[in-house]
Amino acid sequence: MIRTEQVKYGYNEGTIIAVDGVDIQVNNGEFVVIIGHNGSGKSTLAKMFNGILLPTGGAVYIAGMNTADEGKIWDIRSTAGMVFQNPDNQIVATLVEEDVAFGPENLGVPTEEIRERVTTALDAVHMAHHLKKPPHLLSGGQKQRVAIAGILAMKPRCIILDEPTAMLDPIGRKEVMETVTRLNREEGITIVHITHFMDEAIDADRIIVMEKGKKHLEGTPKQIFSQVERLKDMGLDVPQVTLLAHELKKSNVNISEDILTVEEMVEAICRLL
Amino acid sequence: MSITIEHLDHIYDKGTPYETKALDDVSLTIETGEFIGIIGHTGSGKSTLIQHLNGLIKPSSGKIVVNDFDITAEKVKMTDVRKKVGLVFQYPEYQLFEETVARDIAFGPENLGLDAKTVEAHVKEAMALVGLDYETMKDKSPFELSGGQKRRVAIAGVLAMKPDVLILDEPTAGLDPKGRDEILMQIKQLHRKNKNTVILVSHSMEDVGKLADRLFVMNKGQLALSGTPLEVFRESEFLESIGLGVPQIVKLSEALIKKGIAIEKEIVTVEDAKQELLRLLGSK
Amino acid sequence: MLRDITIGQYYPVESAIHRLDPRIKISISFLYLISLFIVKDIRVFGLVTLFLLMIIKMSKVPVNYILRGLKPIFLIIIFAFVINLFMTPGDSIFHYGIFNITIQGVYQAVFMVLRLVYLIVGTSLLTLTTSPIALTDGIEHLLTPFKKIGLPAHELAMMMTIALRFIPTLLEETDKIMKAQMARGADFESGNIFNRAKALVPLLVPLFISAFRRADELAMAMEARCYRGGENRTRMKVLKYEKRDVLAGLVFGLYVALIVGLRFIM
Repeated sequence: MIRTEQVKYGYNEGTIIAVDGVDIQVNNGEFVVIIGHNGSGKSTLAKMFNGILLPTGGAVYIAGMNTADEGKIWDIRSTAGMVFQNPDNQIVATLVEEDVAFGPENLGVPTEEIRERVTTALDAVHMAHHLKKPPHLLSGGQKQRVAIAGILAMKPRCIILDEPTAMLDPIGRKEVMETVTRLNREEGITIVHITHFMDEAIDADRIIVMEKGKKHLEGTPKQIFSQVERLKDMGLDVPQVTLLAHELKKSNVNISEDILTVEEMVEAICRLL
Repeated sequence: MSITIEHLDHIYDKGTPYETKALDDVSLTIETGEFIGIIGHTGSGKSTLIQHLNGLIKPSSGKIVVNDFDITAEKVKMTDVRKKVGLVFQYPEYQLFEETVARDIAFGPENLGLDAKTVEAHVKEAMALVGLDYETMKDKSPFELSGGQKRRVAIAGVLAMKPDVLILDEPTAGLDPKGRDEILMQIKQLHRKNKNTVILVSHSMEDVGKLADRLFVMNKGQLALSGTPLEVFRESEFLESIGLGVPQIVKLSEALIKKGIAIEKEIVTVEDAKQELLRLLGSK
Repeated sequence: MLRDITIGQYYPVESAIHRLDPRIKISISFLYLISLFIVKDIRVFGLVTLFLLMIIKMSKVPVNYILRGLKPIFLIIIFAFVINLFMTPGDSIFHYGIFNITIQGVYQAVFMVLRLVYLIVGTSLLTLTTSPIALTDGIEHLLTPFKKIGLPAHELAMMMTIALRFIPTLLEETDKIMKAQMARGADFESGNIFNRAKALVPLLVPLFISAFRRADELAMAMEARCYRGGENRTRMKVLKYEKRDVLAGLVFGLYVALIVGLRFIM
């Protein structure tokens, strides 16, 4: 679905290197989380996934199309839709339904079909009852779901979410994560989720950790989170129970270090006692 | 600097169809030097509550007394209130406007009518408190700084007014874990050093659980729960029902107790859990 | 404070007027404004009053809601009245010092106030009964013929939509920044004009910066959703003239004919 080859990006005519030679492959239907702290290059990378930024070195392929190919840019953007961080700054229209229609309208979808797509997309994010609402009356989580619906109405095969939960409260974060997970599981849409909240990465198929513009770690959640020391060095969080397991292990307790959930921890402790 | 709030009500858009009761009979007391956490989801009334403490919103009814000084009384000078209570808003970096870092931080103390020398001293001190080097940073434009640095400048802008009570609304919102831990650490040190009252408003149970002496939980404009983090976390079912979670580690200890494992100590942090589990494993 | 201004704010009810095609409503409003300037005899305003009352009745917008909307421009109305009252030469009916009121002055003052009020009531009826989106759509369609002479109809309409979308967001932001600066001791309420203007700097600078940041992010989000101007764009809602629109046009045509006719008769 997405493939990068030694992709590089430099701001300020290449003097500030944000992404420095990254190879990534995201397969069809996968749920990939990209983690890293601010300035690690994760957002720049995301913006290269749908041609908002073009690599200054290497290449990015979306479903086989090179993002540098100008003739393909609209195909690329409708194949890999993008949701941004600030829920307020990506809603264009003054009514929810109008906003969701914006993408298909741009693509020149026939009038009768747009209506249908808007309804389906809003249903998919459980926002159908807010069809006629002005966006400023919605909560942050609801706005992000409208933004996701706006992308869905373009019928993408992949959605890239660039820190969609960073500005939301816990309820909003939960709403967005549930929506994204459902779209991945039920609709088979490939998800690339960029975040610095580690708890949002626990259910991912694969985690990629970015640091200083490079791919630092890559693996399943268990493989990544068990490296507590390395993550802490990078200033990243681990789930509290994983940290506890790590601490116990350091105190010579015979416990597995790849514990991510409370249930796993309870089981492990019961076995020890 | 103790704070007493008595039967505070606040109604928005009174007499219109949009009338909403944002605060409903809130009474609470905060002792001098306490570190308080206020939690509640968006719309629970917590923002309305803290804006009252700073005199930005007048109560519909009720009274707020800060150290024997009734800030809700008629004809109170607002500069007097702001000397006592400093409020750092959510995403405070959006309020920066001056050409240099030092001048932006000086805005608050200057408005209090302090002389130039005192202002400079306050600015220096405030910058030190948030970990910004005065000499290298003072002449920089606040707009060329990183997100985390901007936020510290903004926090320093309130600290430089030397308030007795410091209120921070979601000071870590939008920051990455590293930036979050740094800010929280500085707030903690500040509290230790200056012994002033700190009120931290947050969504994150983990953050307030680690730092606060006492928590107030807001829900639908009412004070729903209060007590030490331990006492509040014990009500995990209620917290979940109003859209707030408890830290994973608290859930763990609950699950273990349910399994019949004899946990004696109450657990709030990872360190607590580690010590308790080591004790249990050792005694076996 | 800001929410007290009701003039021209969309009043969401179902009515025959609300259902009319925005294009016909915009055209009628435009011609109505011109018709007010054709009227030269105060008695003809009787006809205008009847016409307006009929529309207001049909629109289901309460009359006092419309009148409340006149509040912000009350001063201008008084001003127009006073100027005309004292400045019109003619047969004096009252004289005191430099003040001189003439019979023609009274006539002229009443005439001008009526014209002004009907101007405002008429145009606010358009915005009261037409949602901002419909209004924008209507304007875009009406301007389309002018595309040939290089008028960017689509771009203008898009700008209007975005402005409408961001007004509440920016109002909210203004309130937030204002409070944040007040918490730092800023005073927006007292002092002379010079001091007050200076006090606005800490409000305006952050507001502009934020507006630019928003614009930048919005442009990126629009691009990501394949926005590339008006070319080859389709619409979810397509405007279509109905029977009622034709009827409205006919009724209005009759009204215009009467106004023009009366001008020559009276």
